[in-house]
Amino acid sequence: MATLIRPMAQPVVTALPRPHAETGLWSWITTVDHKRIGILYGSTAFILFILGGIEALIMRMQLATPNGQVVDADTFNQLFTMHGTTMIFLVVMPLSVAFFNYIVPLQIGARDVAFPRLNALSYWVFLFGAIFINLGWIIGQAPDAGWFAYANLTERPYALGLNTDFWVLGLQILGVASILGSLNFFVTIVNLRAPGMRFMRMPVFVWMTLVTNVLMLLAFPVITVALTLLLFDRFFFTHFFVPSGGGDPQLWVHLFWIFGHPEVYILILPAMGMVSQILPTFSRKPLFGHAFVVYSGIAIAFLSFGVWAHHMFAQGLGPTADAAFSFSTMLIAVPTGVKIFNWIGTMHGGQLRFKTSMLFAIGFIAMFIIGGLSGVMHSSPPADLQQNNTYFIVAHFHYVLFGGALMGIFGGIYYWFPKATGRMPNEGLGKLHFWLTMLGMNLTFFPMHWTGLDGMPRRIYTYPANMGWDFWNMVDTVGAFTIALSVLVFIYNMMRSLRHGEIAGNDPWDGRTLEWSIPSPPPHYNFAQIPVVTSLDDWWHKKYGGHGEAATHGAPVHAPMAGASEDDGHDGHAEAHPHMPDPSYWPIIMAAGMFFLALGLLFLPTVPVGTYIICAFGFALFVTAMYGWCFEPVNSPTVADAAAGHGMAGGH
Amino acid sequence: MAVSTAAPHAVTEEERTSTGLNHRMVLMWTFLGSECMFFASLIANFQVQRGRSLNGPYPDELINIPFTSVSTFSLLMSSLMMVLALAAIQRGDVKGLRIWLLATAFLGSLFLGGQVYEFTGFVQHGLKLSTNLFGASFFVLTGFHGTHVTIGVIWLMSLYFAAKRGRIQQRDSLSVELAGLYWHFVDIVWIAIFTIVYLLKV
Repeated sequence: MATLIRPMAQPVVTALPRPHAETGLWSWITTVDHKRIGILYGSTAFILFILGGIEALIMRMQLATPNGQVVDADTFNQLFTMHGTTMIFLVVMPLSVAFFNYIVPLQIGARDVAFPRLNALSYWVFLFGAIFINLGWIIGQAPDAGWFAYANLTERPYALGLNTDFWVLGLQILGVASILGSLNFFVTIVNLRAPGMRFMRMPVFVWMTLVTNVLMLLAFPVITVALTLLLFDRFFFTHFFVPSGGGDPQLWVHLFWIFGHPEVYILILPAMGMVSQILPTFSRKPLFGHAFVVYSGIAIAFLSFGVWAHHMFAQGLGPTADAAFSFSTMLIAVPTGVKIFNWIGTMHGGQLRFKTSMLFAIGFIAMFIIGGLSGVMHSSPPADLQQNNTYFIVAHFHYVLFGGALMGIFGGIYYWFPKATGRMPNEGLGKLHFWLTMLGMNLTFFPMHWTGLDGMPRRIYTYPANMGWDFWNMVDTVGAFTIALSVLVFIYNMMRSLRHGEIAGNDPWDGRTLEWSIPSPPPHYNFAQIPVVTSLDDWWHKKYGGHGEAATHGAPVHAPMAGASEDDGHDGHAEAHPHMPDPSYWPIIMAAGMFFLALGLLFLPTVPVGTYIICAFGFALFVTAMYGWCFEPVNSPTVADAAAGHGMAGGH
Repeated sequence: MAVSTAAPHAVTEEERTSTGLNHRMVLMWTFLGSECMFFASLIANFQVQRGRSLNGPYPDELINIPFTSVSTFSLLMSSLMMVLALAAIQRGDVKGLRIWLLATAFLGSLFLGGQVYEFTGFVQHGLKLSTNLFGASFFVLTGFHGTHVTIGVIWLMSLYFAAKRGRIQQRDSLSVELAGLYWHFVDIVWIAIFTIVYLLKV
């Protein structure tokens, strides 16, 4: 500790006393604990999931009958844009990040992430970005150019309101949150693994987190540049995407999808990781072909940067480009297929227990196969030209993102709920939730294949009666409300189980990975002693001795492993209550600074003075927080003493 | 990287890492990897927009290679100063650290001054952001690079003042090394930009 807490002549920043609340609102605002930040991410994303769901329900009400009168065309544009943007950037990504936060440090045997305050900053920036991008609803100018916002729909003559400005600036803020978060998790996984946890001993969920974060690190800078160019077009009158000034709208499409296709895998890979944890546990078998699943994930990530133009077959890139991207798209189906075979192979011959999370995992496989197969259909340019911009595409990506990503995430929620809360989720309600979800999503999205092939274009706000689309659109709407019902069941189940669920104990599912070796919910410091890992599925081997695919000789059963952490002179008492980083105000202040910087820019075309004032305020907050942060020690001695009642005085 | 593992003090439990590399070191390398994609996208944009300007002024009328060569030289020399600064603190020479940090920041500022002079000249010759695609892509690319250099100079000066107050000792050489990594990266990016924007005529 002595090297971490440098003796200082005097506290450099005295403006804010170091926070030390352990309960209540302030403790959540200043927390740097990865578990609390995970819960913050998850609950925020779930609220936004309900918001995005309401947007979807309004659209389905409008489209239930021909010539619908529920909303007008402009509102409908805002609804589908914000539904897509919300579900992708504000729901599926942050829900995955919630699991990164809560589960990854537990699975690698760490006490926190590598940079706890940076982790808090990621969350607050995400929250402010989510608020910012939804601000448009207040003044009736929510983003309305579609979630991929093709130029020239976003350029000045065609988009005069603030709609697109909210979208551009909001996504820039969210991009900062994603980059910061992925930097943190990359370092955490590379550098904070427990002794003995070599890369090929990492659980698949950790692997998929690592791969996802590499994708985020490489893909988000591209969208940052694309958004910046668009920002300059809109605010400083450049012509990057304006043909009349020599610019090229297609450049936006390229830049967007170079980001956008890796983004698709950013959404699905974490869910694949969760399913790869759930299936072995409830099959009582190791994951079939662990290394193959890992390498397939890496192959998917690698290939995902080489398939973007399959979103552009209808843009006339020419036969060479079309053929090349068609080939690479078909190729990426191979590692995906490998994973599906491995999951099925895991279940084959296992002692299956059909708990709710297992049902969701199996549902994930089934639904993802449907979505994956329709994806392979689009990889052929002639077929794609037929399906492009129709409801067939809508059906495809909802099978992948709802049937895939969200079902995997629901499985993950049921699987790790006991770990996070100490109580079991209700199985009866859980199964009702699962079957309602399955019924609802297939009712909603399967008929879209047919209306799509019948030529119904996506993003139309209404349609005439004689097109032959009436019946299936009504079915879609009924299905959408079934999904809404299933979500209500889920909410009820969570609330009820949180209070009345059975006490879970450390290891309710007879799990295989390290998070099940510690109490539920885990103590602040996770592991009293950092475990020493000797094999893949280490906890399973410690419980049942060394048999199975990676047998080790003479591993002690049930014995707490003596860690490398013992050799630095800590006595047992100190080891049982390790020092954790202190809370901090700076992350939320810094995030607020970014929010005001973006807010100020909104006024640039109309009231430049407003821009200068608000941006100056935001910049001041940002810089203050940055210097405050830099001069704030990870642990301030007084707080550590007060909170822990021992420690610093002990001389280490 | 090797120097960081040879830190003079014993590694405590809190600092033990799976790779043996400090967290901040891995963070910086990862961040720079991400930055590569950022500048790659900006450079790609510049290349896509090349020759698409509908009206002048065109690059040939404005770009002054000898002048920018001089400022490029000063930026490259600043990297040498940075290496000397790190070497100084690694052998515990705080005074040397301060001298070389100041030299690095000075040469970086010289480069920035050159950029300001160049931008001003371009604007006086009628090239603004909105004039044509050359102006737009040139100012955005070199402007973002200049912003990075500015942040670097602020970082170096923060280190300088910290060192002046005696708060950077031999055991803190990592803080200098991280700033150095960033500085060298920004330098290398300039080599790419200088080659593509100024030297290549295609």
